[in-house]
Order: sequence, then structure tokens, then C-alpha cells
Amino acid sequence: MLPNIPELVIFLVLAVIAVAAALGMLASSNAIYSALFLVVNFGVVATFYLLLGAPFIAMAQVTVYAGAIMVLFLFVIMLLGAEKMKQTSHNLLWQKPLSIVLIVLLLSISFYVVLGQGVSVGSDLMQNASGYGSPSAIGTLLFQKYLFPFEATSILLLAAMVGAVVLTGVRRQRRRIRKSRRL
Amino acid sequence: MIPTSYYLALSVILFAIGVAGVLLRRNAIILFMAIELMLNSANLVFVAYSRQFGALDGQILVFFVMTVAAAEVAVGLALIVTIFRSKASIDVDDISMLKG
Amino acid sequence: MFELVPFILLFPVLGLLTNLVFGRYLGERFVGIIASGAVAASFIVSVIQVFALVNNNFHVETVLVADWITIGKMYLPWQIRVDTLSVTMMVLVTGVGTLIHIYAVGYMHGDKRFARFFVYLNLFVVMMLVLVAADNYLMLFVGWEGVGICSYLLIGFWYDKGDDNLGNARAGRKAFVVNRIGDFGFLIAMFMIFGAVGSLQFDAVLYYFENHGMEVGQLATTITLLLLVGAAGKSAQIPLFVWLPDAMAGPTPVSALIHAATMVTAGIYMMVRSAPIYAIAPSSQMTVALLGAGTALMAGTIALAQWDIKRVLAYSTISQLGFMVAAVGLGAHVAAMFHLITHAFFKALLFLSAGSVIHGVEHGAHKSDDHCDPQDMRNMGGLKDKMKITFGVYVVGAIALAGIFPLSGFWSKDEILADAWHVGMVEGHWHGMTVYILLALAAVITAFYMTRQIILVFFGSSRSAAANHAAENPPTMTVPLIGLAILSIVGGGINLPWSHTLGSWLEHTHHFFHGIDFNLTVALTSTALAVASIFVGFIVYYRRPLESSTAPDPLMSVLGPSLKFFYNKWYIDELYGTTFVRLYEWKARFLAFKVDRDFWHDFVHNQIILKSFKNVSGTLSGPVDRLGINKFFDGLAYSVHNIAVKVLRPVQTGYVRNYALGVMLGVVMVLGIMLIR
Repeated sequence: MLPNIPELVIFLVLAVIAVAAALGMLASSNAIYSALFLVVNFGVVATFYLLLGAPFIAMAQVTVYAGAIMVLFLFVIMLLGAEKMKQTSHNLLWQKPLSIVLIVLLLSISFYVVLGQGVSVGSDLMQNASGYGSPSAIGTLLFQKYLFPFEATSILLLAAMVGAVVLTGVRRQRRRIRKSRRL
Repeated sequence: MIPTSYYLALSVILFAIGVAGVLLRRNAIILFMAIELMLNSANLVFVAYSRQFGALDGQILVFFVMTVAAAEVAVGLALIVTIFRSKASIDVDDISMLKG
Repeated sequence: MFELVPFILLFPVLGLLTNLVFGRYLGERFVGIIASGAVAASFIVSVIQVFALVNNNFHVETVLVADWITIGKMYLPWQIRVDTLSVTMMVLVTGVGTLIHIYAVGYMHGDKRFARFFVYLNLFVVMMLVLVAADNYLMLFVGWEGVGICSYLLIGFWYDKGDDNLGNARAGRKAFVVNRIGDFGFLIAMFMIFGAVGSLQFDAVLYYFENHGMEVGQLATTITLLLLVGAAGKSAQIPLFVWLPDAMAGPTPVSALIHAATMVTAGIYMMVRSAPIYAIAPSSQMTVALLGAGTALMAGTIALAQWDIKRVLAYSTISQLGFMVAAVGLGAHVAAMFHLITHAFFKALLFLSAGSVIHGVEHGAHKSDDHCDPQDMRNMGGLKDKMKITFGVYVVGAIALAGIFPLSGFWSKDEILADAWHVGMVEGHWHGMTVYILLALAAVITAFYMTRQIILVFFGSSRSAAANHAAENPPTMTVPLIGLAILSIVGGGINLPWSHTLGSWLEHTHHFFHGIDFNLTVALTSTALAVASIFVGFIVYYRRPLESSTAPDPLMSVLGPSLKFFYNKWYIDELYGTTFVRLYEWKARFLAFKVDRDFWHDFVHNQIILKSFKNVSGTLSGPVDRLGINKFFDGLAYSVHNIAVKVLRPVQTGYVRNYALGVMLGVVMVLGIMLIR
């Protein structure tokens, strides 16, 4: 069963944009550009989520990923003034070639599995009911079946917050130590 | 309907690009972005399969992955800031004191 | 009433424990009160036992304290036997013991080991009571050994005094070793009894021998002779008496309590207890009688020639113990026990008075700075006005010992002599007459040497400055003396010939214990002999008193060299020295130097064991360990080191991207494997 042509065209265009953005992120020497390319990529992926019938996830993708996380990235880059790397003399001789070989191997294996006879996927697509993936459906599942993991994530986020504060709050600590030494 | 395998192929490509970012770039921030890219490709697979099997659990997992990614980015960037303070560099190759 | 019996043992145990733990903090007064009070409490309980027995119609009663040994058919409990015999001994031991404890408080005043002395003394009382209260031979043996060790400890109490600062310790050792010989005989006898009877309980053993009569006569003879060896050790009879005179190295209260009144009578008590076995072994009885009589005479002759005030009394004690042993041998158990009791009174009195004299002379020695030997009678003289109480009680003791009517010694000694006369004349046994003659001679000598002692010590003029400054002692010492003096005077009353109180009392223990009728001939003869002997003594010593502390004995002119022979104790110590002691020393030297050092140490140990061990260990440490095992593990360690340096170290580059590459490699490989499978 083949998809209809317009759908396929939209998919292919978006896919090309996503891959191109990813490659741009990989290739650009300026970290700001990398970040912006990644925002593009995330946006495209959000669109895919919409196409796949996951509007809630798509919105979350835009707000959390493309919005909050990428802003944080940009903020840090600008804070540190580390848009560009200084050229250093470190040279891991066989890192680059070996990496490329491995990536090619990974790609080929994966494609072999995905597109070849490995796993039969996409053969029995079904039309999901309306309201599938809606915020209310997600919410119901999240607060019933996944209540405990959901609560655990709150602790995880709290821990991350505390960790970030402690890690970056070093200066104040040092001052305190100095004070105690003076005493 | 686009077959699930197409999405899988796309996510494989994105994942590979992420791996390349981790293995080839020395900028710690770009390294992190590459990791985010890989997480995204995985999310794409989750959502694709979620559609194929009509199970919302995949989407829930994506939601959790996002949360974890947010936490990870917060701590990771804090680490980078701290390292930058002591080394004045965000080159991961400069952080190589722990060696044999 | 009978259940009170364990308290007899318990009180002195408590006393000794208290003094052992707290003695050094309590001070002399309290230590003395605790020790004397403990023994006095035991005495009260003992007297209660007398009434308990009377109420119980004199029937024997046993009180089980605890189980001890139960192996197969061997059953040995800690069991106290209350019968007329053991109660007599209990009352005697605790009664005399109390008086001597009180006396010792005064005598030991100022000694640096005051508390320890009373710990030992209380321990002695405990052990003596275990001995007399025992219901089986093994428990008796425990007490027997216990009093032995106390005797050893107390003889050597002033272990840093005496010849070469070792003399007292040596005396203790001598007593211990000689007693060991006796104990050996006793032990063998016990084994044989158990072998024959299968029990050591008195009732079972004595019942067996009473009812198997003549069938086991041979066995009974062997056992009784071995028991005699034990008794000879403990009660200082020929040939094992040599330890007792040396035991006078101990403090005088010890000499009085242990080496005169109680412990040395343990042998007599044991033989009286075993009377039914002796009853079926006439040849043993005869041996016992002759041995005792011989000892009585021999020790008497030695006592004649001694200068040391306590030594005279020591030999006198051996002599009197000989009387008792002879009485046991004659089957006169009541007479033996009677003499045991009266002797305990007057000999304790004499020893304590002698201690009082010594104490007084020592006091004078301190005052006059004349440090002569305070025990040598040649340094005394003229003490009768300076120590009036001591003089009075000493004379009482001496007259009692000499056997003058109506003091206690007269009654008891006369009963023994009457028994000997009876066996000799009425029953017509030759040994009875022999014993009578020997004992009569011993009695004559006894009267003589006591006269000699009293005149030398108390009459005439002082022969040293120390004696000149001697003074009477405090009441703690004189009051017990007066008490014992009264007992010495009236003690004969417990078994007067017409009432036989003690005889009928002891009859409840063994039916054949009975007193003998008064024999006027014997009594008159012995009294006459004693009086004559005292008279002769007065002639010899009073009319020609010693001129100075170095003058020879006036008897020398009469007896000549034989007195020197007596003075040197018949050369018995020298005899043992050349025969047994030297032989043992030679054997010990041979074992030590030839067998142990040359053979075992130098040859077997050094040459064979040590050398071969060195060779083996040399091989093991050299080629095997150093070249083999050590090399191998060194190589192993080096190779580990090399692998680490050359292979593992470069992998740890420190570059995160490298490590990520490693992870990637792993992922691709896992994927590849999954695909291939």
C-alpha cells in the first residue's frame, strides 16, 4: 500500500529540510548557527508529530524543546562568549576516519533492518479514532496509569534544579570557606 | 498515509547525524545539541510506532523523554559553565586530565 | 539441726574470702575479729551438732552438699558425715582454733602480712573441717591435702627468714615432700579400697570389711599398712617424722594449731576412722602399735637434748603422737581419741606459752639491743618473775604433759598405758608388754625434759640481756592461754575411768569402741615414775643451774656421747641425707645433665630434630621458595605490570570523544551480532 502523492511530497520535503538542518547544525563552526539550525530541525520534527496524530506532543516539542531548551542553549553560548572555538593542537589521529566508518556501518545496518526484510513495518496501518493523542487523552493516561512515574519526574526535575544551582553557585561557597578560614 | 518505515529511516539518518556530532565536534555545547538530536530521533520512532499500534503509551514515553532531556540539559549546561570558569574553554579535548 | 552443718565450713570460707579481698584495707583489729569470729561461729555450730546428735539418739546423719564425681558405679558426693567421732573432731578443731586465732591476733601484731596470715589460718580450718567432716575417703583426702598445703604455706610464712634467708622456705619444702611420701601410701590404699569395694564411702567400705572378715585378711593387711604410711607422714611417725621439728619455722600459733593440736592428729583420726579394717588385720595392728611406741620413745630421747624451746615441744609432740598411734594399734581407739583431745589442749597451751616466752624475750631483745636467738633456752632463765601468767600456765601445761594427777594428761596417758598393760598381761600378747615398757619409758623421759625446760626457762638467773628485759604480753595472748590452761586441768573430765563419757559417746560410731577400766597398778606406777623423774630433773638442773649461755648441758656428764647422739636427732636427717636425698640428687643430676641436656637437648633435639628441620627448611626456603615459587609470582606480577603499562594505559586517553567512540564501536558490534544471528 503506497501513500498518496501529495502526502508523500510533503513528507519528503519536510524530511529533506530536517536532514539539511541537522547537517547544518553538525557542520557550522559558529555555535549560534548550530543552535538555530537545531531549532529548525525541532520545528520540522514537531510537524511530523502533527502528521503522526500527536498534537499534544507536537506542542510540547515546540514549547519545551524548540522554545525553552534551545533558549537555554543560546543563553549559555552567549553568556560564555563561546560562539567559536579556538583552533587547538589536539589531534586524535584515527578518531575521524574510524568515526566515519562506524557511522556508515550503523547507517547501513539500520537501513538494512528498517527497509529490508528484517522487520515488517508499515504493513498494517490503521486509522485511529478521532481524539486520539488529544491533550485530554494524554492527560487521562498520564494521571492514571503513569501517575507514579509522573510524580517521580517532578523529583528528577527538582534534583536537576538543585544540581544546577549548586554547580554554578561555586563562588559563594568559596567565599564562605575563606570567611571560615579567617575566623 | 506515510508508512512507518519512512519515519524510521528518517530517524535513523537524524540519529547518525547526532552520533557524528558527538564523535567529530569538539565544542561541548554542540556535543550537547547532538545528543538532543539523537533523543529527538528516538522520540520520532516512539510517535511513529504509537500511531502504527494505536497505543498512546508511546507518546507518554516521549513526554517523559522530554522531561529527562530538560533535566539533563539544565545539569549539563551548569557543568559546562563550571568547567568554563576553571578552564576558560569549552573544548572537550581540553578536559583530559583523567588519563592513564 | 543437721542442715546447719555446711555452715561449719561456710563461716571460715567467708572469713577467708573477706580477709583475702578486703584484708589490706581493714586493719589488724577487723581482720582479727573477722577471722576469729568465723572460727568461733563454726565452733557454735559444732556444739549445736552435739545436741543434734543427742536428740537424734546418736544416730549418724549425712548431709549432702553437692554432687561431685559420678562415673559409672563410682559415686562421690560432697557429703558431710555427722557422727560422734567427726563431731568430736569438729568441736576440738574449732574450739582450740578459736583460742589460737585470738592469741594470734596479739602474736602477729605488726606483721606486714597480717591479713594473709589469717587467710591461711582460716583456710586451714576449712580444710581440717573438710577432713574430719568427710563422708568418703576422697573427700577426706581433699582435706588431707588441703591442710598439707596450708601447713606448707604457714611453715614458709616468713619465707625470707632462716638460714641463708631460705631456711624457712626449705623447711616448708621438706614438710611438703615428706608428706608427699605419706600421701602416696594413702593414695595407693584408696585405690585398693576402691578396687575391692567399688566405693569410697565410709559406710560401704567399713561394712564390706566388717562382713567379709577373714576372706580379705591379706588385702586388709596391705591396705592398713599403706594407710599407716599415710598416717606416718601426716602424724610424724617413724620414719617420716623429720619434717615436724623443721616445721617450727612457722609462726608459733601455727605450731600450736597445725603442728600440735589438729593437723598432725589427722593421721590418728584417719586410722580411728578406718578401725574396722585394722580390726581384721592383726599383724598391721601390731606394726602400728610398735611403730607408735618406738616413735614415742625415740622422739622423747631427742627432746631431752634440744636447746630450742619450740624444738623440744616439737619432739614432745612427735612422742605424744606416738602414744596415740600406739593406742590405735592396741585397739584402744577411745584412749587414742582421748589423748588426742587432751594433748590438743595442753600442747596448744605449751606452744602458745612458748610463743609468749619468745615474744617476751624478743621484746626484751628490742629493749636491750641484745639480738641473741630468742628461742634458745640457754639465753633465757629467770623469767618466772617477769612473766607470771606465762609461767603459771606453762607449769600447768608441763604437769599435764608429764601426766601428774589429776590433770588431763594423767587420765589420757594412763588409759593408753592401761590398754597396753591389758593387751600385754591379760590377753598375753608379747607386743602389748613391749609397747607398755616403751611407753612407760617415754613417759618418764617426758616428765624429765619438761622439768628441764621449765627450769632452764623460768628458774635461775637471766643468762642474756634480752631475757633480763623480757615482759609479760597483752591480754589477747594471755587470755587464751588461761582458757587453755583451764581446759588442760579439767579436760580429763570428759572420760573419767568411772564414767567413760567419751567412750560411750564414741561407741555410737563404732560398736567396738570402748574405754578400759581403771588400772590402779598402772596409774600408781606411772605417777611414781613421773614424780621421780621430775625430782631427778630438779636435782640435775635446779641445784646446778647453767652458768652462762654457752655452758654445756649438765646431763653431759651423766650421759656423755649418747646425749650428743640425741642432740643430733639420732643422725636421722644425716642418714636420709646420705641415702635418699643424695641418691635423689644424683639421679636428678643424671636426669638433668646426662639424659635431658646431653641426650635429649644436645643429641635428639639439636642434632637430630633441629638439624634435619634446618635442612628441610633450608631446602624449602632456598630452591623451592626463592627460586621456584618466588620467581613464578615475581614473573606473574611483572607481566601484569607490563600488560597494564603497554596495553591498558594507552586506552585511557582522557578524551571524552574517544570514550564515546568506544561506546559507538560496541553499539555497532552488538547490532552486527544481532543481525548475523
